[in-house]
Amino acid sequence: MLWLLGCQLVGEVLVEAFGLPVPGPVIGMVLLFLALQVTKPPEDARLLQTSDKLLRHLQLLFIPPGVGIVVYLGSVRDQALPIAGAMVVSWLAGLATVALLVVLLTRRGTAPEAES
Amino acid sequence: MNDVLDHVRSTPLFGVFVTLAAYKVGLEVKRLSRNHPLAQPVLIAILVVGAVMGALDISYDDYLRGGSIIAFFLGPATVALAVPLHRQAHHLRELALPMLVAIPVGAFVSVASGVLVVRALGGSHELTLTIAAKSATTPIAISVTEHVGGNGSLVAVFTIIAGMLGAVLGPTVLNLLRIHDRRARGLALGAVSHGIGTSRALHEDPTEGAFSGLSMGLTALATSVLVPLVIHLVG
Repeated sequence: MLWLLGCQLVGEVLVEAFGLPVPGPVIGMVLLFLALQVTKPPEDARLLQTSDKLLRHLQLLFIPPGVGIVVYLGSVRDQALPIAGAMVVSWLAGLATVALLVVLLTRRGTAPEAES
Repeated sequence: MNDVLDHVRSTPLFGVFVTLAAYKVGLEVKRLSRNHPLAQPVLIAILVVGAVMGALDISYDDYLRGGSIIAFFLGPATVALAVPLHRQAHHLRELALPMLVAIPVGAFVSVASGVLVVRALGGSHELTLTIAAKSATTPIAISVTEHVGGNGSLVAVFTIIAGMLGAVLGPTVLNLLRIHDRRARGLALGAVSHGIGTSRALHEDPTEGAFSGLSMGLTALATSVLVPLVIHLVG
């Protein structure tokens, strides 16, 4: 836990110090990722076990922010059309872009494996 | 009786207890529905907490006395996402170039199309700030959205809906697009439907699941860099 909080703290400090447009915890995640790639700790390391435990119940942590929607129900109702439109269009556009680009780029490089 | 209620409102214990109990209810519903993608524990828990708050006349601020104790762990949990990314990193070498092109471009398309459609359909400025990060995994979407001045509560719900779209419709849409490469399917699902899409991808095929998880991590990174940029450009 100390490592996780430490990386977050360093992330927050870097964001403040350099006015980075990215949230502190995200910088913390990148720092921890780099540290893991360099040190390659064994699977039974405390840090990995704590992280797994925390991520197993990651969903629990969204509940308090999510409950806030109750406060904004009115504005959600007023903007139902732009919300629904943007959710569906943007979801489809993103999905198709990634899938088609990957297929296109792998075809040009090595021959794709015969699959499914 | 009123004194008792006032006391309940003022202690953090209430928010912590109700959140944990509602989460338990959500997990039970998920189990009873045999992991149906529409039975999302978070959405169920939000409804349960909302109902309890309504019944006891407790405001969101009062609830947050306890709720914010739980939400505090979102920060370290976001940092912990580095661990699954680290475990998937060997897949990066397999498909490095296609991935490093497709994921940032896909994240850009998701962010820009969300912002533009909200604008075109007459949504508010706050809504454009909020919808931008909805393809990233929920903890990152919340922090990115709050960072650019959007509504963190709203984006939490948007990301869950985006995840459910992927879990329910993802494989069908990919079949319609004639995408059969498991790696491409996984990368696409993870890019728009993060963890919820990844659990569906894992259910379809282990390769698809692994690439979906990797894609979710890289998309989260790309989204956190791109959202402020796109908002600066078109906002």
